Amino acid sequence: MKIVLQHLTKRFPNRNKKIKEDVIAVNDFDFEIPDGKLIGLLGPSGCGKSTALNLICGLEKPTSGRIFFGDVDVTDLSPEHRGVGLVFQNYALYPHLTVRENIRFPLENLRGDKKLSKEVMEEKVLEAAKLVQIQELLDRKPNEMSGGQQQRVAIARALVKRPQVLLLDEPLSNLDARLRLQTREELKRIQLETGITTVFVTHDQEEAMSISDMIVVMKDGVLQQKGKPQDIYDEPENLFVASFLGTPQINVFKGKISGEKVFIGDAAVMDAKGIADKDVFVAVRPEGFVIDDNGSLECDFIAREVMGRDTSFIASHPSFVGENIRAIIPSEEVFDGKNRKVRFRLKPHKVRVFDGITNERIRL
Amino acid sequence: MKKNVTAWLCLLPAILFLGIFMVYPLVDVFIYSLEEGYNFASQSYQGTGLYNYSYVLHDPYFIQALKNTFIIVIITVPLSTGIALLISLELSSIKVLRDFFQTVYFLPYVTNTLAVGLVFMILFKKTAYSDGLVSLLIQLFGGPSVDFIDGPYPAKMFVMCFYTIWIVMPFKILILTSALASVNPMYYKAAIVDDTPKWRIFYKITLPMISPMVFYLVITGFIGAFKAYSDEVALFGTDLNAAGMNTIVGYVYDMLYGNSGGYPSYASAAALILFAIVFTITTINLMVSKKTVYYQ
Repeated sequence: MKIVLQHLTKRFPNRNKKIKEDVIAVNDFDFEIPDGKLIGLLGPSGCGKSTALNLICGLEKPTSGRIFFGDVDVTDLSPEHRGVGLVFQNYALYPHLTVRENIRFPLENLRGDKKLSKEVMEEKVLEAAKLVQIQELLDRKPNEMSGGQQQRVAIARALVKRPQVLLLDEPLSNLDARLRLQTREELKRIQLETGITTVFVTHDQEEAMSISDMIVVMKDGVLQQKGKPQDIYDEPENLFVASFLGTPQINVFKGKISGEKVFIGDAAVMDAKGIADKDVFVAVRPEGFVIDDNGSLECDFIAREVMGRDTSFIASHPSFVGENIRAIIPSEEVFDGKNRKVRFRLKPHKVRVFDGITNERIRL
Repeated sequence: MKKNVTAWLCLLPAILFLGIFMVYPLVDVFIYSLEEGYNFASQSYQGTGLYNYSYVLHDPYFIQALKNTFIIVIITVPLSTGIALLISLELSSIKVLRDFFQTVYFLPYVTNTLAVGLVFMILFKKTAYSDGLVSLLIQLFGGPSVDFIDGPYPAKMFVMCFYTIWIVMPFKILILTSALASVNPMYYKAAIVDDTPKWRIFYKITLPMISPMVFYLVITGFIGAFKAYSDEVALFGTDLNAAGMNTIVGYVYDMLYGNSGGYPSYASAAALILFAIVFTITTINLMVSKKTVYYQ
């Protein structure tokens, strides 16, 4: 089931009653989520991504705009009539019910012609439990399980009615680092196995990058960019997207374009054919630095962190925005650290230039 | 060793206090209840045995008090808890004027029992000048004139239960509204997404979540109702035996200080019978709760 959002806007009255102006949580969202894909809604906290999810789910009503599931306009439908499954950030498993009763709960709500017999219910519960691999935990209570197991139960409960759309609110944020890795792969597997269109919200770019078929990046209620993870990483449309995606973060320098060349400080680092002179931000991915004694960018060397395969070079530069430059260099690269200086050459395809005022991408 | 001494020293005030005001009287009551033919004036008794219990259990006044107490317990505890739950549910679902209604429902709690009794008199008592407001209303709809205070037993019991429920309700509403507020709204959202009917949300989610509080109210409600006395006095005056509205605690009081009083042995026996009843009921409650109450 594809999901179409048409000019979706959600305003909330300001909490601070003195301010008359509304808070715009979601501002003119207009995009299509293709059928059967795993979509990551990515953005920093408070950017409106959970509101966007609640709008799709129906727990919130949009101020304006329409939502379609397939060709059906569901904007005015309440959540129970939309056929969505929702997984909450802290799972919302009913603590007094066993895992089996939790998963069965949505089935027991079916009325009229849809009413199921006990046997069919049990069958469906087992099927869902099998899908998330918790068959042996069915008689436990939620508080007798680990976070990862609870998460699986929550997913099973959301899936047991075979919803058209599965929505997950920060599904991995309550798990520890190792479980998170494991669970996100699990999530991908479950999505592939069921083929249900799945939207999940996250503030963790790595999480979104690793499993999504498509990422939607948001900031302050405004859609910044959408597309395949690698495309967004390689071709960010503005400085925010560039710095939000990727670990370690992209290195941003203040620079300028002058005489069709890109400068960081006095160093000309790239050509900029046909672009008028202006102030810019030069953003370099950590893997975009090459140590080269003839390189144009001279930085003050601070430290070197060897991490097996790669080495992190920490350096500083007067034009750098933020704390320290972090460059990732293959470990076999030789560097003696004399004079406490290091010279870099930049790989052009790892450097992105953004307008100094609008922060929009300047394509060179 | 030194640690032990410090611990006992710290416990001493509490032990003394509880010993003098709780343990000693309890033991004393037990002893009194076994002393036959106790004489107040000479502080002497003729023998020991279970005669006091036998006397109390055969005393028609005690039987009447026992009957009254049980009726009050059986009617008021479930009704007051149930109605309080309904009101609390309504209170937590409304948005406008919620604080106002909460205050209104809480008012009886801060009002003096005897003052409330006076208001009930005006509502229900038949005097030379008026039949009482409620009776007048009944007559307006073609019913007979009923004297709720000095009239037939069912009418008196009705007022008694009505009054008790009204008095105990505010506290229950207070406890239940805060219990309801402590249920994480996320559970309701999850239930709504799963198309759960309202009654089922209440029965399957809300009720189990607040069950410890409901249970607490039922237990304290039972104990409180078994100890009913002051409310009866507020409505029917001090001569409860004459009104036929005495309770067990009232009987104990009468045996000690009433017009026909001066029998601490009978009073002690009655008090211990009450204790046995409350103990039994509470034990049953606890056993039932093990299966039905969910603790997080």
